[in-house]
Amino acid sequence: MTSDAHDQAARHDPVYDELSARPEFAELRSRYRRFVIPATVAFLAWYALYVLMSMFAHDFMSTKVVGNINVALVFGLLQFATTFILAFVYSRYSNSRLDPLASQLSDSYYDGRER
Amino acid sequence: MEGHQILTTVLFLGVVALTVGITIWASRNSSGAADHYAGGRGFSGFQNGLAIGGDYMSAASFLGISGAIALSGYDGFLYSIGFLVAWLVALLLVAEVLRNSGRYTMADQLAYRMKQKPVRMAAATSTVVVSIFYLLAQMVGAGALVALLLGVSSDGLKNLTIFFVGALMIFYVTVGGMKGTTWVQIVKAVLLMAGSALIVVLVLAKFGFNLSELLGTAAQNSGKGGAFLEPGLKYGVSTTSKIDFISLGIALVLGTAGLPHILIRFYTTPTSRDARKSVLWAIGLIGVFYLFTLILGFGAAALLDKDSYAEVAASGGNLASPLLAEAVGGGSGSTGGAVLLAVIAAVAFATILAVVAGLTLTSSVSVAHDLYNSVFKNGQASEAEEIRVSRIAAGVIGLIAIVLAIPAQKLNIAFLVALAFAVAASANLPAIIYNMFWRRFNTRGALWSIYGGLISSVGLVIFSPIVSGKGVDPVSGKNLSLLPTSIDISWFPLENPGIVSIPLGFLLGYLGTISSKEQSAEDRYTELEVRALTGAGAEQASKH
Repeated sequence: MTSDAHDQAARHDPVYDELSARPEFAELRSRYRRFVIPATVAFLAWYALYVLMSMFAHDFMSTKVVGNINVALVFGLLQFATTFILAFVYSRYSNSRLDPLASQLSDSYYDGRER
Repeated sequence: MEGHQILTTVLFLGVVALTVGITIWASRNSSGAADHYAGGRGFSGFQNGLAIGGDYMSAASFLGISGAIALSGYDGFLYSIGFLVAWLVALLLVAEVLRNSGRYTMADQLAYRMKQKPVRMAAATSTVVVSIFYLLAQMVGAGALVALLLGVSSDGLKNLTIFFVGALMIFYVTVGGMKGTTWVQIVKAVLLMAGSALIVVLVLAKFGFNLSELLGTAAQNSGKGGAFLEPGLKYGVSTTSKIDFISLGIALVLGTAGLPHILIRFYTTPTSRDARKSVLWAIGLIGVFYLFTLILGFGAAALLDKDSYAEVAASGGNLASPLLAEAVGGGSGSTGGAVLLAVIAAVAFATILAVVAGLTLTSSVSVAHDLYNSVFKNGQASEAEEIRVSRIAAGVIGLIAIVLAIPAQKLNIAFLVALAFAVAASANLPAIIYNMFWRRFNTRGALWSIYGGLISSVGLVIFSPIVSGKGVDPVSGKNLSLLPTSIDISWFPLENPGIVSIPLGFLLGYLGTISSKEQSAEDRYTELEVRALTGAGAEQASKH
């Protein structure tokens, strides 16, 4: 072992290269990234908009909507709503689009191995 | 002691007895590292969701946010939103991936493809630093809470409380391990949700469940009128304070998914799917809880009389929820008021105990697993040895926290929590994200981002108005900074370092990576990625 080598026993297992090369894995990775990257950008932008408007758009945020409830409160509660909705949508997406592929690949890893 | 103090004391002792009982029970069927560190990976998504809630909803949230809303109105609510939205980062990018690719600590996922020793050393350092800041916040809160509720302001009692809380958390962690800690957190989450739901219903009932009327009364009684319901009362005073809030907002939303005590909770479920379910439960629970704090905060502003409201202000907001409970129970001197006050105080105490246990466990596991075994013993230590070291580490970390918490009582609790989030977002999150999404990422990148984020976030605070240069409060004459007014080393204008240190953490991770070549880290990315996305080869639940 050279000084540059990893000092713990190499865990490298060729089965991972094999799994990685399968079209199902490419599909799984693409489905995962296609969802999480735009979703993350979107909710961070939505949150940033809220924070910036709270600080720099005071008059608009103070507009009354109904009774004593103003835009700022509605906007804040919408952040709650979008968080719940995105979490729910992601869960649905993973159950139907990600989990089946992941299980299939993971099952072939465990073929002939003890779980 | 008066009647309500006796009742409060009895309920506090009840909480202690319950949690100690759970810990002893959990220790009876716990053996081996997977049990001690990860609760045997046997908690269901729902159970772990509750435990995440119990780990996350700290006294700073329960007492601090409701207090901030009671005093600063809408601006207090801004905190809750960052704390909640942050969970989407954990859900989408971190929870499942970490569960599939690590074993016990945050460092495991990095060490999977990088040089073990330096990376584990760095991750353990930032784990301990973040956890200690967070611990201090909770322990200082415990001291203040007990003193305020028992109506004693003596420093001796506060110090005694801190010592007692420290001793209890060492007990939970060394005896109960992750199993005991998880059950303590589950029980606390149930108590906290039930306790706050009760007060929320009582508050809303006073206004015929009309939110607009509650808000109107709150605005009127706060003495600040309509501005109380609008953003900007606290953070809108100057451009610097606005940028300071944005800096805080960034740290809140990005910090959660880098908090080590949250990260290791994902290892307690049998599969990554359960880890995902647990985050979904946690999002639901935490979201509802922050909606509760909104009602509690505005309720306190609306319903407390002048004297009580002044008392809330004097406590920095921390007493808003307990005094509100007293008010909706029938007011000071009534039996109902005394009972509800005692119940909410006990719930707050349970909240503190569960959070400090989680933090102590996390840092002790990292010290034993990352530092002791991997760095000092070349990974050759036996499991029993490693667990023994983690128990000793829990004791040492607990003692350090006690010793530091006593002088830290001068510090604002919300500041300590915000700092923990800023360090977590600057030091931990860049490494976790790069490691998962960037094949080229390597050891030097990880080290630069962890140490760079850690040093810059803590360093900027040292040169911020928090530590020196803020001067004295014109009204009370109190020194607003930590150091004596004669010393001024401040040059960084913001109190929250995140806006600088988080991008810096990411930038340093990038620069460190492109300035070095590490073929083995790139080669192993394939293995990490397959494992993270499919769960092939992930740690299994222990069989009992």
